[in-house]
Amino acid sequence: MRLVETGNHVAAWGARLSRVEVVSAYPITPQTQVIEEISRFIDEGEMECEYIPVESEHSAMAAMIGAAAMGVRAFSATSSHGLAYMHELLHWAAAVRLPMVMVNVNRALGPGWNIWCDHQDTMAARDTGWIQLYCADHQEILDTVIQAYRISEDPRVILPVMVCYDAFLMSHTYMQVDIPDQEAVDRFLPPFRSLWKLDLEYPFTHGSVIYPDDYEEVRFSMQQAMDNARRVISEAAREYRDLLGFYHGELVETYRMEDAEYALLALGTVASECRVAVDELREMGYPCGLVRIRSYRPFPVAELRELLAPLRAALVIDRAVSFGLEGPLFSEVKAAVYGNGGPSIHGIITGLGGRDVPYDLIVENAMAAFKEKLPHGSHWPAVRLNEHHRLVKRSLEEYWKKEGVR
Amino acid sequence: MRLRDFPAEELFLQGSAACQGCPGSAALRVAFKALGRNTILCVIASCTSVLQSPFPVSALNLPTLNMAFATGGAVGSGMSAAAERLTARGKFKEKPTILVWAGDGGTYDIGIQALSGAAERNADLIYVCYNNEAYSNTGTQRSGATPYAAWTTNTTKGKEEWRKDVAQIMVAHGIPYVATASLAYPTDMFRKFAKAREIRGTRYIEIQAPCPPGWKFPSSHTVKIARLAVQTGMWMLYEHENGKTTYTAGTQRIIQGQAKLLPVEEYLKAQGRFRHLFHPERDEERIAAIQKRISDVFETLQFTHKMKEHIMDIEISPRL
Repeated sequence: MRLVETGNHVAAWGARLSRVEVVSAYPITPQTQVIEEISRFIDEGEMECEYIPVESEHSAMAAMIGAAAMGVRAFSATSSHGLAYMHELLHWAAAVRLPMVMVNVNRALGPGWNIWCDHQDTMAARDTGWIQLYCADHQEILDTVIQAYRISEDPRVILPVMVCYDAFLMSHTYMQVDIPDQEAVDRFLPPFRSLWKLDLEYPFTHGSVIYPDDYEEVRFSMQQAMDNARRVISEAAREYRDLLGFYHGELVETYRMEDAEYALLALGTVASECRVAVDELREMGYPCGLVRIRSYRPFPVAELRELLAPLRAALVIDRAVSFGLEGPLFSEVKAAVYGNGGPSIHGIITGLGGRDVPYDLIVENAMAAFKEKLPHGSHWPAVRLNEHHRLVKRSLEEYWKKEGVR
Repeated sequence: MRLRDFPAEELFLQGSAACQGCPGSAALRVAFKALGRNTILCVIASCTSVLQSPFPVSALNLPTLNMAFATGGAVGSGMSAAAERLTARGKFKEKPTILVWAGDGGTYDIGIQALSGAAERNADLIYVCYNNEAYSNTGTQRSGATPYAAWTTNTTKGKEEWRKDVAQIMVAHGIPYVATASLAYPTDMFRKFAKAREIRGTRYIEIQAPCPPGWKFPSSHTVKIARLAVQTGMWMLYEHENGKTTYTAGTQRIIQGQAKLLPVEEYLKAQGRFRHLFHPERDEERIAAIQKRISDVFETLQFTHKMKEHIMDIEISPRL
């Protein structure tokens, strides 16, 4: 079945085709359409599922944990402040080792109120033990949600998965999507399985007090699961291609990297914009390619080492910032290839709070990066101080003067 | 139901890490006996997170998930929704009872949002608050359930505010069953749990749980203090169903005039947390304020009870 749908409705289709049995969610712009569509599916009898309209995102994640612990497939969707609000329980879900999938529509955090796209929300949830997969088109959202259950429930992994896509650029735009047959998805995705469940026949206590000598081992097992997930993500992508015909890359997706001497690296829709930039740069005589990172956690260390080793220079585009350092993706790409030769790596931060990232900005900064003309650390190429900002700066300087600050 | 008729099977096992005289463990024991094996438990961060014993052993002989502080109503909702699906699919012959077990901190303060949400959705679960009137797990800090004038580590001269009444907040939610219970009246408590088990929807049971180290009384006095609380009117026993409140056990006896309401001083003097009301000098004002609040409530209830009996007489009178 071929539909022209919003990214949000496509995510709902992903949950439906995965035969999710419990959905708990709280509305937040721009995620709302996901749960609206799911409740419509349930109301119209197209989905056999319990929908819990919880009173907060913190409760949404708690209810998901309860449901998954009972032994059913659970789903939720959130964004930005919602993800921040459930942060405590992101840790909980991963550390009790429960499989589940949640989509996060990447949106900036306030204040000031900003509903548009950037990646600050999911970057802050990076170290919670969740697998993070980033999508770049609507078909990929659908396919990734289904693959995410397969990855999450794989006995080598058993960790929750977050499927991320960009606010409005994907959540509310319409694109053509192929909805696979339920039978085909069922062939790919076996019935729900988990490492453990609350079992009346075998009552045991999960998540009680744990002493230092055992705690570290639990965390180590999560790290091992993340390492295993690298292989499982690749396998899932390849098997999905064989069974259902769609393929969006594995841990990374590459474009024109075969003979590349330069590369652009990014997450999400910026990476799509980068394709245009790559073509443009090639026309200008820079043999450039694109590495789109699909799996941010686990981080594709081996892939990046292999892809970047023969290059002369690379530019990493971040849609988030680690205040006091630089773009988080930039840091991590450098860390991944450190000690392995490879190119000089440059970084820019742009597209925060939904600011447009046009391909010519990428081209301009790529050229500067490839000529080693970008400053060290993350560069902010789109920042321009206007009259308001100058006013703020002047008041600040006056305040400093008054306070005797030099 | 008499004590000797309680089921012999122990679902709260020996070897827990509870303090001596712990009211939480005693309440768990009665609740488990009343609910039986077809129960799945969620423990919210509280003393019970610790007293169940550290990994890898456990004193809880029911499938148990420990969860974060603010999640009681929500995690129970998720478990209940999943149980509904699993029962529909035939995985369970009979839908198991979902029991959420939380302290007063996790109920009155950080957890009230999730509890209120669950109650508004009428999620099918039993939510228990065992109320030791402080954050006993973290060493006795004030909570929304701490009574007026009680000492805690951050109300060293006695709490200046009156406690809020979550059982009444739950009554206002219009859920099918709300009950309060006391360790000193185990048969009453057992009956309330057994009744709650048979009802669908959100059921809320609150148990007053006098805490020996937190309230500063000898650990052999837990039940005695619990009984005094009811006898002095500091804790009231009732159940609320279908829009109607019925007072039970000790509280009922006081209202019906079969027992006297004891002066609250007897309860206050029996615990170290109210010591500053009597030493170095008597704090008449605060003692009188506490007594007045209790007396006002009971006077109204006793008056209403007498009026009801009087009205009954009138209804019977046509036979004369």
